[in-house]
Order: sequence, then C-alpha cells, then structure tokens
Amino acid sequence: MASPFLSNTTTISFASSLSSTPLPRLFPSVSSAPIRFSSTPRRILTVRSKIREIFMPALSSTMTEGKIVSWIKSEGDVLSKGESVVVVESDKADMDVETFYDGILAAIVVGEGESAPVGAAIGILAETEEEIAEAKAKAASKSGASTPSAPSPAPAPAATSAPAPPKPAPAPPAAEGPRKTVATPLAKKLAKQHKVKIESVVGTGPYGRITPADIEAAAGISPSKNVGPAVVAQATPAAPPKPAAAPSNLPPPVPGSTVVPFTTMQSAVSKNMVESLSVPTFRVGYPVTTDALDALYEKVKPKGVTMTALLAKAAAMALVQHPVVNASCKDGKSFTYNSSINIAVAVAINGGLITPVLQDADKLDLYLLSQKWKELVEKARSKQLQPHEYNSGTFTLSNLGMFGVDRFDAILPPGQGAIMAVGASKPTVVADADGFFSVKNKMLVNVTADHRIVYGADLAAFLQTFSKIVENPESLTL
Amino acid sequence: MHSTLSSLSFSQATTVPRSNYAFDSHSPALPLSKPINLRFCGLRREAFGFSSLAQSSSNRVRLSTRGHSKKISASSADNGTPPKSFDYDLIIIGAGVGGHGAALHAVEKGLKTAIIEGDVVGGTCVNRGCVPSKALLAVSGRMRELQSEHHMKALGLQVSAAGYDRQGVADHANNLASKIRSNLTNSMKALGVDILTGFGAILGPQKVKYGNNIVTAKDIIIATGSVPFVPKGIEVDGKTVITSDHALKLEFVPDWIAIVGSGYIGLEFSDVYTALGSEVTFIEALDQLMPGFDPEIGKMAQRVLINPRNIDYHTGVFATKITPARDGKPVTIELTDAKTKEHKDTLEVDAALIATGRAPFTNGLGLENINVVTQRGFVPVDERMRVIDANGNLVPHLYCIGDANGKMMLAHAASAQGISVVEQVTGRDHVLNHLSVPAACFTHPEISMVGLTEPQAREKAEKEGFEVSIAKTSFKANTKALAENEGEGLAKLIYRPDNGEILGVHIFGLHAADLIHEASNAIALGTRIQDIKFAVHAHPTLSEVLDELFKSAKVKAPASSSPVSEPVAV
Repeated sequence: MASPFLSNTTTISFASSLSSTPLPRLFPSVSSAPIRFSSTPRRILTVRSKIREIFMPALSSTMTEGKIVSWIKSEGDVLSKGESVVVVESDKADMDVETFYDGILAAIVVGEGESAPVGAAIGILAETEEEIAEAKAKAASKSGASTPSAPSPAPAPAATSAPAPPKPAPAPPAAEGPRKTVATPLAKKLAKQHKVKIESVVGTGPYGRITPADIEAAAGISPSKNVGPAVVAQATPAAPPKPAAAPSNLPPPVPGSTVVPFTTMQSAVSKNMVESLSVPTFRVGYPVTTDALDALYEKVKPKGVTMTALLAKAAAMALVQHPVVNASCKDGKSFTYNSSINIAVAVAINGGLITPVLQDADKLDLYLLSQKWKELVEKARSKQLQPHEYNSGTFTLSNLGMFGVDRFDAILPPGQGAIMAVGASKPTVVADADGFFSVKNKMLVNVTADHRIVYGADLAAFLQTFSKIVENPESLTL
Repeated sequence: MHSTLSSLSFSQATTVPRSNYAFDSHSPALPLSKPINLRFCGLRREAFGFSSLAQSSSNRVRLSTRGHSKKISASSADNGTPPKSFDYDLIIIGAGVGGHGAALHAVEKGLKTAIIEGDVVGGTCVNRGCVPSKALLAVSGRMRELQSEHHMKALGLQVSAAGYDRQGVADHANNLASKIRSNLTNSMKALGVDILTGFGAILGPQKVKYGNNIVTAKDIIIATGSVPFVPKGIEVDGKTVITSDHALKLEFVPDWIAIVGSGYIGLEFSDVYTALGSEVTFIEALDQLMPGFDPEIGKMAQRVLINPRNIDYHTGVFATKITPARDGKPVTIELTDAKTKEHKDTLEVDAALIATGRAPFTNGLGLENINVVTQRGFVPVDERMRVIDANGNLVPHLYCIGDANGKMMLAHAASAQGISVVEQVTGRDHVLNHLSVPAACFTHPEISMVGLTEPQAREKAEKEGFEVSIAKTSFKANTKALAENEGEGLAKLIYRPDNGEILGVHIFGLHAADLIHEASNAIALGTRIQDIKFAVHAHPTLSEVLDELFKSAKVKAPASSSPVSEPVAV
C-alpha cells in the first residue's frame, strides 16, 4: 500500500499524517489538508516521457479499496496542480482528490462506479499532448478486460453477435425547414454514456424530440424499462393508448433480463413441444415393485448393463404384447402399427434435449442393448448422431429417477403413440391381501398416450404387463 | 444594538433564499443591481395579475370600497386619532402559520385576539406550500426506494414494478392540507380567537377594516404572506406553465418538465417529478445550481440529487419568455444569457414550473393610510418587526411578520417573529435571532441548515477578526444510517475554535431536517460546542451524526462549569 508513494516525499508526509490521526474520527484531515493523489514516474519507460499514473489514494488508515464516485475531469482535460480531479468513496466518506502535477488527463482507467485497490492506477496523466496516445495505450493495457468502461483503442467487443441494424429513418416529422435537435435530459445522458452522436439520431417522441428509447435504439441496446415508474391508473387518459409496436400480449421483459436466442436443438425442441399441443393425450400411472429388478441390476451392472437399458428392454418386451401402444396416429383417421419396436430415450445434453433411439430393443439382448446405448450417448455428446438414430423412435422412455423425482408427467413427442415417465424407486410400506405389511421398493411409472389410438384399458394392460416383467425380470436377460 | 441591526440586515441579504416555499432564487440572491430591482417590480405586478380569479376580483372590490370607507373613518374617528378603547388587544391580518403562531401565543398571554383572513385559514404553507408538498415528497421518497433495485437488493427485498395512481397521490396531498387546515382552525376557535372573514386593510392607527366592518385593536400585526413570484415574459396558464400552487394539485405528470429556479421549491419538485417518472430540466439564473446552500453541501447535493437522476440543467441563464403549450405546439422557453443578455437557446418541453421564489402579498393593505411605503412589495420593519414609515419613523402599535416583511421567508420564522411581537406587546422586550432559525429542503435525502454558510462565516470572520474552523462527519460511519442502507450524507459544522461558538451547521443526509434542531437550539440558547459535546445521544440513532460532529470540533476554550452540574441520583 505504501510502496507507490515512497518515491514522493509529499505523500509520505500525507501518509504519516493519516496514521497519526485517531481512528474514530472520520474526516481527519479533510478540512485542513486536501487529499492529493501521488503519481510516480513510470518505471518501465524512461522518466523523460513524463506519463504518470494516478493511483487510488489511501483516504483513511483502514481503507483497502476505493470506489470512484465521479470523475470531475474528463479525458483530455488540462489539469493544474491542486485541482480536484476525481471523487473517491472510501469506507468512510467521499473525498475530492487533487493532482500534484500539471498535465493532461490522458485516460481514465477505472471508470465511475468502479472500485480499485489502494495504490492501483485509476487514471493516466500525460504531460504533453503528444504523449496522450502513448498514455492511452498504457491505459488500455492497464484496464484489461475487467474494466469495460475504460477506453481502449479497439472497439469494445459486442455482446450480441451483430449490432442492431440501423433503424430505417422515418420520414421527417414535419417539413417546416431545418429544426433544431431536441433531446430529453435522459436521452442526452444516455447518448453520452453510449457514445451516440445525438445529431445523427432521428427523434420519434412528441414534437419529433429525441427520447431515451431513440438513443437506445441507435446504440443497438434493448430498451431498459426502468426509465420511470408505471402510472397504474390515470383518471383521465390524456392521450389515446399508444399503438403497440408488435401485437403481443406478453408482458414487457423484466428490467435487466437478457435475451439468449435458441440453439438449433432448442428450436427443434420448442417446435416439437408446440406441435404436441394438437394431440389429445391422457396419462395413466402405475406403481411397480422393483426389488427383483434392483437385484438383477446389481448382478448385471459389472457387465456394463445400465438401468436405462434394463427399462428399455422391459418396455420393449411389454410393447410386443401391446402393439397398439407402439402404434402411432399419423392422420387422425387410422392406426399406423410399427413393424419394429424402437425405444427412444430422452437425454439432457449441453443445455438441450435429444432422444437417441435403441432400435429393435425387443430383439437385442440386454448386453448388446447396453453397448448400443453407450455408443449412442457417446455420439450424442459429440453431436454425431445420424437422423435415424434420434428420430426413428416408436416409443419414448424418460427417466428422472436418478434425480430422486418420484413421479412426473411427460409430453408426447409428435409421431409417437406413447411416452413413459419413470420416477425413482423408493422403499415403500405395502400391505398384501392378507394384511401383512412389508417394505418394497416401488417406482411410479406414468405413461402419456395419444387417446385417438390408445385407450385407457390399453394403457392399463400395457402397464400391468410392464409391471410383471419388471417384477420378474429374469426374462430380460434371456 | 447597532451590531444586532447590522447582523439582521446581513441576514436579510443572505438568508432570504433559504426559505421553504418562500424562496427567491432571482432577486435577493443576486446583487441588487438596478435592472433587477426594476424587473422585480414588474414581476410583482405580474404576480398579482396571475393570482387566482377569486383573489383578484376581491382585490377589485376592496379597492373600490376603500375610498368610501376612508370617508367613514374620517368622520367617525376624529381625523385619525386613535380610539381610546379597543375592540381587541391584538388583531392579526392573515391566518397563515405566522398569524396562527402569534394568535396562540397572544391567547396564552391573556390578550383578546382576532385574526382576519380573506381566503382560507392556513395560508400558503398549509394550503399551497410546505404541507401538501410534504405529502407529495412522502410519495416520491417511497417510489424512489421501491424503484431502486440496488437498494432493495442490498436489503434483501424483492419488489416487482412499483407504480402509482396520480389521482391517489394528489388526493393524499389535498387531504393532508384540509386536515391541517381544520386542525389550525379548531385550535384557534378552541382558544377563543375570533376568526374574522374578509380581506383586511389598515384604515389608520389601530384601526382595521375587513369586509364592510371596522374593528379596532391596541396592536396590529400584518401577516399577509406571499404569492408565487412570476418573472415577466412568463405566461402562466395553470396547465402547462404552472407555479407551485398548481403543481401541488398534481393534475398531470408531464414526461418532461422544465423547472425555473433551483432553490428549495425547484429542488423539492424535481424530487417529486423524477420519482414519478418525469425528466427534468433546471433553469437557473446563477452560475451554479442550488444557490444559497453552503457550497460544499450544494456540491454533494448535486452529486446525489441531480447528476444520477434524469435531470439536466442550464445555469447562468434567464427564462425570458415562456409560452404555454397551445395549437399543437409544446411549451417553449427562451433562454437568455444572464450576463450578455443575448439569446442563448430555446427549449421545447411538456411543462414548465416557475419556482423563482415568492413575492410579498401586501398590495391593497391600506399602508398608504399610515404613510408606509413598501420596498419591492415588502413592508419595512426593524429588528423587532415594528413597521417603519416613509420617513423612517416607527409606526406605533403596528408590526409585520413573515413573508410580508421578507426578513426570512419561512413559515416557522414567521411564527417565531409573531411570538416575538406578542412578547413585546405584553411587556417583555424580545428580539428574534434569525441565525438560529433552521431551514430544510425535503428532498431524498434531505438538506438542512442553520446559521451561516462557510463563505458567510469566513467573510464575517475577516471583518471581525476571529478564526473559523470546520468539522465534518459522514453518514457513512453512522450505524443507523447504514442499517437503513442510506450512508450517503454529510454534516458540516462551522465554528469558532477560540470560544466554541457555533456559526453554522449544514446537514445533507437521511432525515437531515429532523437532525438540525440540536444545532439550532444550541445557537438559540448560546450553547457552546465544548458544553454540548458532553450531551448524550441514544445509540444507535442518526442523532449520533451530530454527536460525532460536535466531538470532532477542536475548541480551545474549556468546558464551562455547567449550570446543571448538580448530580442527580438515580
């Protein structure tokens, strides 16, 4: 903390006067002695270039970092010794900081509202105009990426991939000769902040004035809504309601929200989900005892069998007996019975959702199925899945049991007849017909189906079969 | 004696701008050069022209009947000789806060008292000033808090978009005014003060007329107050170009409003309007905003109350012509450079609020009947509020308090002056120390002050040859302020290090208006810093800001042997 000041005798006395000040007093020396920042000659370059850094001063003995309240001077301003340059907020007070040197404020490294540790460079002081460029370059290297408001020679990296296209200039409001530019106070403030040339903006407000929204549009940023409070009720509506820019009944975005466009995968999900609304679906749940399945799983796990493969195999075997659940309704007029049983399994992947398909799951044995599954997941991760590997499903399996979800409800993907949502298997107290209590692992299975082709009884029968297979899982390994 | 006088006239020149709803950023704050005086006079005429219809019509009635009543008085009252027995001990013309304060104190002193009011009881403060504006500011303070996402987050609160109902806000202000008005009326009625309705005018010594009635009193106090001051060239239509009278009704909230004058009234309204979503442009004739405030406080206030808000400003300019919105055109404001008198800019806004101060309401008061000539509309008085006539002689039994005398245009100053007058007429000499009268501006956060500003204190010190010291404390170190997450603030003490006299205290921060009284009481009672620093403050409270302030002062004089040093066992 003290090291940046050591080269300067004046600041040493300043530092010592601080340390001698009793702690609890807040403004130890403000009234009597103005605080000044020190600036030491740059060490790396030779002294003759006379570019000085302005350091965050220690305004109190307990201060470790300070926040810039405001820069009284702007970049390019000529400073003379003893002038207030910047207002710094310490842990205790705001203080004006003065310069020890004459010069030009070449660059502001730490912008208003930002903080810097004591001793860090907050600005660059150049002695002559010729040195401003060099000082600015130095400032750019100082500011790094963490201080976005610091000026840097390169344009700031745009957050969005492309800046908003310039608004097509609307016809001038009135053709009554040259009019002066009228901008509201906030519009002017925003223009300065976003470095928008106010003369180049076409005002769309009342009387053709430039509004804050115009500046935001010109700067290519989404409008911030926190301009002012909403007037909830207006006794006498002064003006007819403004026509909405785009007819939309959505509420305005919450201030500060960010908009991230869908990826291709997310777009596909979105499209499918909306499409699913045209299908009349219903749901049937069924509790399945899994003690036997769990025991089997423990046995086959070392051979690379996963629970997903076990469940897919069980579903496929049940579907063999209930082909209608494996059917689909393409046109609303007929059943389409699928020749093969292809189990699609929903997988969350990189912020998206994909359904790799275990083809002919009823025919492949458990070990081959598990191996196949492993390959599919691998491909899905590396985005190598071929279309037939994710869109040929005839029945979908979605399992959230591993997260402890006990039951959920799935949306039927278009083109399929049913989807099975599998919850976690949990120890449950059950009473048998004789009134004996026991604890069994129970898993809730919930199937969503297209009621145009699959009726309640079909689904119930299918679930019963599925349940029997799971409860007597030896057949799975055959 | 002489020094009191000079210090009072000093305060007239310098402290007048500190008034709350009685602030004149143009004339008293400016060096009183000829052109400005001229302007002021012109303005006064304008001001009356634009006062409400009812007022001006009754003015006319009153003026037309005066000649007639004069004849009556001449025939019935022995050519102006004062009557021997009186209807009242004291008559007060004007039932504002000043008149009310005087009336209450007069009753306490056993005087038979009447108060004459031509409009509504309560005057400017209650009906068109301090009171309704506090209702609006209470709303703006809450709006500001609810809208400050950062502030709410820091407290761990979540609030979805705050909104307001304009009519509801306006009703709150109006209801508050009527409530306070009836409180005031009832308090006077309950004490037996006669409220006489009609415009009061002075007929001669100890004789007053109201309506068609004539009453006599041993002593008379003029407390007629003031009206908003509208510079010439400004056309007030009450809709888009308005004064504080209209603004307090909050009939609409413009998207963009220009406020002419950045004193108390302007600042408070900027706080209200920006909280309700308006953008504000200040127009200030002086080179900096908030003239009249201690420069350091003004600088900090600008940093907090102006810069971060949706406000811009033009300084060093006069609004020489303001045309209300009409024929599909916005309000236009022509700005003229205050120094070069050249046209500088033309603004187009949705509304303009004229907050250039207040002009005394003394026209038609019958002052010519007792040979008194107003100065720029103000009734000349001495330090005891005794009215001075054209020849420089005191008019016996006639006093003037409040905005009408222009000494210090603050409601509570008027009341204090009224009490001082009642003390005098009941046999106890009393001179009010205006330097002990605090002033406050109810922005968020508030600004308050008492006594001299730093430049004034340094000027006085130069003249009288003493030393001046400054002590400051920040709200950032105050526990209560930090608990409220309102650490922004500064208290400043200007004092004499040799004897510990408090010359001035200025506070900017949370509840500053409530905090100033410890300092103003100390000044009023002559308490020195070395003594008051031993007073105990509850912890944690905002009052510790002042405790800290007094303790940080470095006074050479030792603590006096306290008059209350006797130990009390508990």
